[in-house]
Amino acid sequence: MLLTCTGVRKTFGDAVVLDGLDLSVDEHEVVALIGASGSGKSTLLRCVNLLEEISDGQITLDGEDITDPRADADRVRQKIGLVFQSYNLFPHMTVLDNITLAPTKVHKRPVAEARERAMEWLSRVGLADKSGSYPDRLSGGQQQRVAIVRALVNSPRLLLLDEVTSALDPELVGEVLTMIRELKTEGMTMVLATHEMGFARQVADRVAFLDRGRVLEQGPPAQVLGDPVEARTRQFLARIIEAGRL
Amino acid sequence: MSSPDTTYRPSDIQLGRIAYRRGKAIRSVLLAALSTAVLGTLLGVLVTGAPGWDRVKQSFFDPHIAREFVPEILQGLWFNIRLVVVCALCALALGLLVAVLRTLRGPIFFPVRALATVYTYSFRGLPLIIVIYLFAFGVPGLRLQGTPSVTVLGGAAIVVTYGAYLAEVFRAGIESVHPSQVAAARSLGLSYRQSMRFVVLPQAVRRVAPPLLNDTVALQKDVGLISLAGPIDAIRAAQIATAQTANFTPYVVAGVLFVLLALPLILVTDFVTLRAARRQNAGT
Repeated sequence: MLLTCTGVRKTFGDAVVLDGLDLSVDEHEVVALIGASGSGKSTLLRCVNLLEEISDGQITLDGEDITDPRADADRVRQKIGLVFQSYNLFPHMTVLDNITLAPTKVHKRPVAEARERAMEWLSRVGLADKSGSYPDRLSGGQQQRVAIVRALVNSPRLLLLDEVTSALDPELVGEVLTMIRELKTEGMTMVLATHEMGFARQVADRVAFLDRGRVLEQGPPAQVLGDPVEARTRQFLARIIEAGRL
Repeated sequence: MSSPDTTYRPSDIQLGRIAYRRGKAIRSVLLAALSTAVLGTLLGVLVTGAPGWDRVKQSFFDPHIAREFVPEILQGLWFNIRLVVVCALCALALGLLVAVLRTLRGPIFFPVRALATVYTYSFRGLPLIIVIYLFAFGVPGLRLQGTPSVTVLGGAAIVVTYGAYLAEVFRAGIESVHPSQVAAARSLGLSYRQSMRFVVLPQAVRRVAPPLLNDTVALQKDVGLISLAGPIDAIRAAQIATAQTANFTPYVVAGVLFVLLALPLILVTDFVTLRAARRQNAGT
């Protein structure tokens, strides 16, 4: 197992967001987290990336307990890429500088090499001509693709995607999803929180339904999305169908 | 953007609207000119018609005295200008340093954080005049070897006082950078310090450039207070001239020169503020 979460609990004051959650992710596996707002999808991703400190339980990456307070959080994060719903590009840096910041400052690669590698990635996703632009000159879909490249140039073992298409106009969703689909064919291990049920069905090896801070049900997409066992999963999917999103 | 359509002709309705708006614009300009003229005349009559106007004109606006003392006051102003440049640069550096010190984390840095906090709290409350007196007259009283000149001590008083204000401006800028920016930086493996240096501080400084410049304008006129400690700056030169002639015109001359000195920086501040506002709007 690349990633295991065992009995993970996270509270904010009195609010219990994760309530003894168990989840494990194998190498090269793509797991889609679905569930209502507030079910803990984003919080789980932030806990895995150590942006939030868990209140109980354990998370391991490559067999190493990353929730041990003695673990070097910066070194752990170098192995995990995180892409945010609102892109979070650095507005004062060009696209190229956004991408080369971590390779040059964290991984201490020579600037020329980091730039070359960034340009290769940008060409791959069709954004080479935007390398000198500032993020505010890019569309949402372009910004999100840059954000994904920014995470990928660090060669992470695991890529976490937090509702990466939720802030995009409908016609821009496709370009981002295509990119994620390509990453899957290359064997990238990914955990993605998503509201795009159709996409989860296509790209995920496993779908996990989160409810009240736990994984209530998980399995192959066809089973969880098509023939769920749990009543609450069925209710959730019924609401999605009602909204015309499945 | 598409190329202009050469076949387009505005419709009659649109032409009517254009004509109406043009007429309205002309009326607006005329009205503004008229109301300005009326107010200006009223103010002029009020001041020049006042019973004491002739006396005031004599003792504050005497053109002969003004011409006579302009060179001396200008010489004093040159001292102010040099002092402003040095003090502003030092105060900006001190403010940034203190603001950054206040963000340091970890128990080792507790005394540093505490000291920085006490400094910004006390020196923002302390009147500049008192700080100048304490530095310029108190420090030499210690009779230490190598005590710097009164000018340096007075300048240090200005730097220390303004540094406290500027530190708070920088701190406000640091706090205005959204936490998601730090989260993005940390998620890439950057340390807290690297995140501050490469992501937070550059954005913070850009964002607070207008208030920083505004405080620099305030500093520019407050350096005149150094005359209290003795050095002959523009205000001191005007004071001496006033004592010689028993006429207040030199003060007015110094005041006008200070305004002229501040104008370029004020214009730069306005320009930077405008550009910042435009950039912010372009971002959304």
